[in-house]
Amino acid sequence: MSLLAIQNLELSIHGAPILKGVSLDVAQGEIVAITGESGSGKSLTAFSVMQLLPRGTVTKGSIQLDGTDLLNAPDAEMCDLRGNDIGMVFQEPMTALNPLMTIGDQVMETILLHTSASHEEARLKAEETLTRVGLPSEKFKLARFPHELSGGQRQRVVIAMAIALRPRLLIADEPTTALDVTTQAQILDLLKDLVQDFGMGLLMITHDLAVVSGMADRIIVMRNGEVVETGETSALFANMQHEYTRALFAASSHEVDLPTNTRPDNALLVVKDAIRDYPRPRTELFAPREYNRAVNGISFTLNKGERIGLVGESGCGKSTLTRAILGLEPLQGGSITAFGQDVAPDMPAALRSGLQVVFQDPYGSFNPRHKVARIVTEPFHLLPNPPKGKDRQNRISEALIAVGLQPSDADKYIHAFSGGQRQRIAIARALIIRPELIIFDEAVSALDVSIRAQILDLIAELTQSHDLSYLFISHDLSVVRTITDRVLVMKDGEIVEDGPTEQVFNTPNHPYTASLIAAAPTLPDVKALTDVPA
Amino acid sequence: MRSRNLIIGSVLTAIFLVAALVSFVWTPFDVTQMNIPSKLKTPNGTNWLGTDHFGRDIFSMIMVGARTSIAVALVAVSIGMFIGVPLGLAAAARQGSLLDEVIMRGNDLVFAFPSLVIAILITAVFGPGAVNAIIAIGIFNIPVFARLTRGAALPLWQREFIMAARVAGKGSSRISLEHILPNVTNLLIVQGTIQFSLGILAEAGLSYVGLGAQPPLPSWGRMLADAQTMVSFAPHLALIPGGAIILTVLGLNLMGDGLRDLLDPRIRVDRT
Repeated sequence: MSLLAIQNLELSIHGAPILKGVSLDVAQGEIVAITGESGSGKSLTAFSVMQLLPRGTVTKGSIQLDGTDLLNAPDAEMCDLRGNDIGMVFQEPMTALNPLMTIGDQVMETILLHTSASHEEARLKAEETLTRVGLPSEKFKLARFPHELSGGQRQRVVIAMAIALRPRLLIADEPTTALDVTTQAQILDLLKDLVQDFGMGLLMITHDLAVVSGMADRIIVMRNGEVVETGETSALFANMQHEYTRALFAASSHEVDLPTNTRPDNALLVVKDAIRDYPRPRTELFAPREYNRAVNGISFTLNKGERIGLVGESGCGKSTLTRAILGLEPLQGGSITAFGQDVAPDMPAALRSGLQVVFQDPYGSFNPRHKVARIVTEPFHLLPNPPKGKDRQNRISEALIAVGLQPSDADKYIHAFSGGQRQRIAIARALIIRPELIIFDEAVSALDVSIRAQILDLIAELTQSHDLSYLFISHDLSVVRTITDRVLVMKDGEIVEDGPTEQVFNTPNHPYTASLIAAAPTLPDVKALTDVPA
Repeated sequence: MRSRNLIIGSVLTAIFLVAALVSFVWTPFDVTQMNIPSKLKTPNGTNWLGTDHFGRDIFSMIMVGARTSIAVALVAVSIGMFIGVPLGLAAAARQGSLLDEVIMRGNDLVFAFPSLVIAILITAVFGPGAVNAIIAIGIFNIPVFARLTRGAALPLWQREFIMAARVAGKGSSRISLEHILPNVTNLLIVQGTIQFSLGILAEAGLSYVGLGAQPPLPSWGRMLADAQTMVSFAPHLALIPGGAIILTVLGLNLMGDGLRDLLDPRIRVDRT
């Protein structure tokens, strides 16, 4: 008998149906992954197991844990089950821990709440659990606070909290989405080990097919609140039945048809020995200020028509470098020149109009109170005599059509658009004054795979039609590989490797680049799987 | 559920607003006219809310008093907003700079002064009166709005649409006006109604100690002060202006609550 059995689960919020007859089961010691794009209902499925649902939710069907009905269990009984029999790992380790409690106290809290252990016993147990998840107590004292740990270490604490009482079922909601690739690989290994050691069932929710393929015993693909396909991982990849699964797989490994760059070398952007320091908070009133060096002597040249990728993990200084290149913050040393002129916060508007940017967050990068027309025309501010009347209308329509939207969209408010459409609007805003160089700052990182594939195609298309060069900043190696000709690898404020994309990916010179590439989860080769006799 | 507060609050506020406006053209009796023979009447057919110790009609006095209270509070809140909001925007735009320090420490200084002492100081120098009460109350509204605006603007400055505007070459004052201000308006409206009710209370307080509107102009606070010696045999003299103050302040607070629920997109999303 399976550990967790969900049968015909229907869920609606304020009358809107979200889940439509979801059935799945998880056996002991089995890793089951639910995958799908945003809005597929994968997280709500997991939360209904925990009975942690938003107000106004109505559920039907049945959820059973080892024969215990969870759907109709009274709240007191659920409180007893949560933490004890079901553990949960959340997506964002930065917010899943209470910043005012030490890590020891947070792990002990679960133990003290559910068992009659004494304080001392709980402390020993917490120490043991933290050691098990890779935070040995001689190095990581229980009295440490979350802010003293890195993201990956915090996620380990969250896992320790979830497994302290050896629950029979562990639910992990996008456990590695907020982490860097190298950390992601370690956390995935840890989860796999724990499942093996404790024999618990792991229900994992993730949007990343590559992660799924390396982890799960079985996969459940969801779309619009329905399970479209389910099966053993290798069998499912070898023989995808549903067209949505195939589309999802194709989009995840999407390769862009990037037109080759034939132009002669002609430097657009020259970064030379750039140094960017941040002042640290003063520790004493009259002591000299101390500085953090976020960008340490970076040099590179971007030629006209070149498409360069900038790769690095969080905290490596890539965002700081971006702000310096955009002339939003001053340098403390070295120089950045664009089109032969110095880039600085007080640079002339004409220079600024050649440099535009597309940001990551499709929800945060627009003023919610403005209409699309006003949003995309914001850079007109840089022109000495901005187009007016009919001319302005034409420019707006032109930009919107270029990114695959309708001219009539100009009169709508931003909330009428989906994430992918918003990112198109962000590109339209960058394109409207016909810049020579666009900086894509994690521009596709927040998008679903199918939307991401479309936006990448759009970018490739625009390089041809709009004579664009760009700097593509991303933590996602597979994206950078397909959309750039040259790649810079950044670590601790320095560029450790610089070369043609394919060459760097195939034969990395620097050990750090090699470790990044090795850690990145990869999709299985479908051909190889099909060829293996079943 | 959500609109109940708003409806009750708006109706209460509207009643006093209408009473104040009507008092400009019509009151049942002339409030400057004494009529000693019919003094200290309890509410009856002719004098709907009774008369005071000079025989003046209390209903008429409440109407004119509403005008005083509302005018004082309105102007005081406006002073606070028109000076405090730009200060807050400027401080947020230059966060951590000397300007920010000067503005915010200046605010702390004003906050640190007991408001009644300042009001007494102002009236001691310029003499008592409604205008000086307005200035005194207005000054204490400035730091409230400056802090609120700065606090709400700071996280906005980190958002990507502000970065996009900076990349478009817009300066900080232009960004403050175009992007920051519209996004903090909700908060300002809500805080405005709350400060408005506090302004009415402050005016009543100042008039009670004789520093507000001067006779013969009626004011709720002074009606209370006049009534206190007669509370034992004419309680309605104190109860009626007291009730008017309570109802107006309650109405404004309910309206502020309701407006916040209506305007805050986070709460709105939860409901739909």
